[in-house]
Amino acid sequence: MLANYGYKDGSGEFFITIDTDRCNGCGDCVPACPAGAFEVAEEDPNDPLREEPVALIGEAQRKKLKYACAQCKPASSRPPLPCVEACKAGAIAHSW
Amino acid sequence: MAEEFWRWTESRWHDPDIDWKKGQVVSAGVDVGSVSSQAVVMVDGRLYCYSNTRTGSNSPDSAVKAMGMALEGTDLTIDDLPYTVGTGYGRVNVPFGQRAITEIACHGRGANFMYGPSIRTVLDMGGQDCKAIHVDEKGKVTNFLMNDKCAAGTGRGMEVFADLLGVSINDVGELSLKVEEEPEPVSSTCVVFAKSEASGLLRAGWPKEKVLAAYSSAMAHRVAGLLERIGVEPDFGITGGIAKNVGVVTRLEKEIGIKSLQSKYDSQIAGALGAALFAEALIKKGAKK
Repeated sequence: MLANYGYKDGSGEFFITIDTDRCNGCGDCVPACPAGAFEVAEEDPNDPLREEPVALIGEAQRKKLKYACAQCKPASSRPPLPCVEACKAGAIAHSW
Repeated sequence: MAEEFWRWTESRWHDPDIDWKKGQVVSAGVDVGSVSSQAVVMVDGRLYCYSNTRTGSNSPDSAVKAMGMALEGTDLTIDDLPYTVGTGYGRVNVPFGQRAITEIACHGRGANFMYGPSIRTVLDMGGQDCKAIHVDEKGKVTNFLMNDKCAAGTGRGMEVFADLLGVSINDVGELSLKVEEEPEPVSSTCVVFAKSEASGLLRAGWPKEKVLAAYSSAMAHRVAGLLERIGVEPDFGITGGIAKNVGVVTRLEKEIGIKSLQSKYDSQIAGALGAALFAEALIKKGAKK
């Protein structure tokens, strides 16, 4: 399942997509993010029948991703994103 | 007292041909949303009764009111319900509920029931959020995207316009289609800016239907953008209150080039329906109160 967390408002569209088919709930993304945007849930709130834990974007940052992610997305020469690098399963993608 | 144009009519229904006492599995779902609350009871996978009410300021009371209204006219009481699943913003506050499941999963299942297993893309335009959901033939979610930060494309946006124009929310859809020529959409989908722009248009002499057409166009365009982010795969269906707004629906269908399926069920009960279906599945797995 592709879980798209984020929002669209007057300033643009900001979504982080977690592919829950690839995610195994390992939690490596959690410490990798300097803004603490990621959390691991024992029960996937959007997939009641899933048995494994799953990573998701927590409520603290979900509606502020533009600002939460800004520190990893400088205007020029963007380095690889820490969360994407940390995820060995390649489950994380950013829409901007 | 001034007329409240944004107040839509509550409703309830039950199937007089079903005797719940003769059913094997009775399951219930409650969707306590930001603007509206629905309660659904199913007997052996068939819709027995439902209600569609306005959510009050108190979530637990809204859940009780919705279920009470759904059960009105039947001899089933809240205490008789073997298992209830809550969904929506108020899902953790359903006093007679046993489990909470998020509205994404519930809308997927509910749409699969309402529109049939051919449905692949569900657009839920709710009171305060907008969701685009892809489901498989069983109603399991394969892709979803929710926007709950912005009022554009939500019922709240349309309520602001109904109030501004002094038109009942039940009539805004039809009225927006009474234009000879489709006007330019309002330049901002942001409800705050769209409202000021609309006020300007009214002062300039635009009739209500033209302003409504311009706003409905902007809303349809905005929602199409959200849908296109995950793609629209047929069959396509709309749930939530705005599915009843023929002005937004026709403009949206035109923009994405796909017609939405029709359902004989009230579009606002999709979440509660899905919750009741989950409750049924859980009962069959042995879940009890």
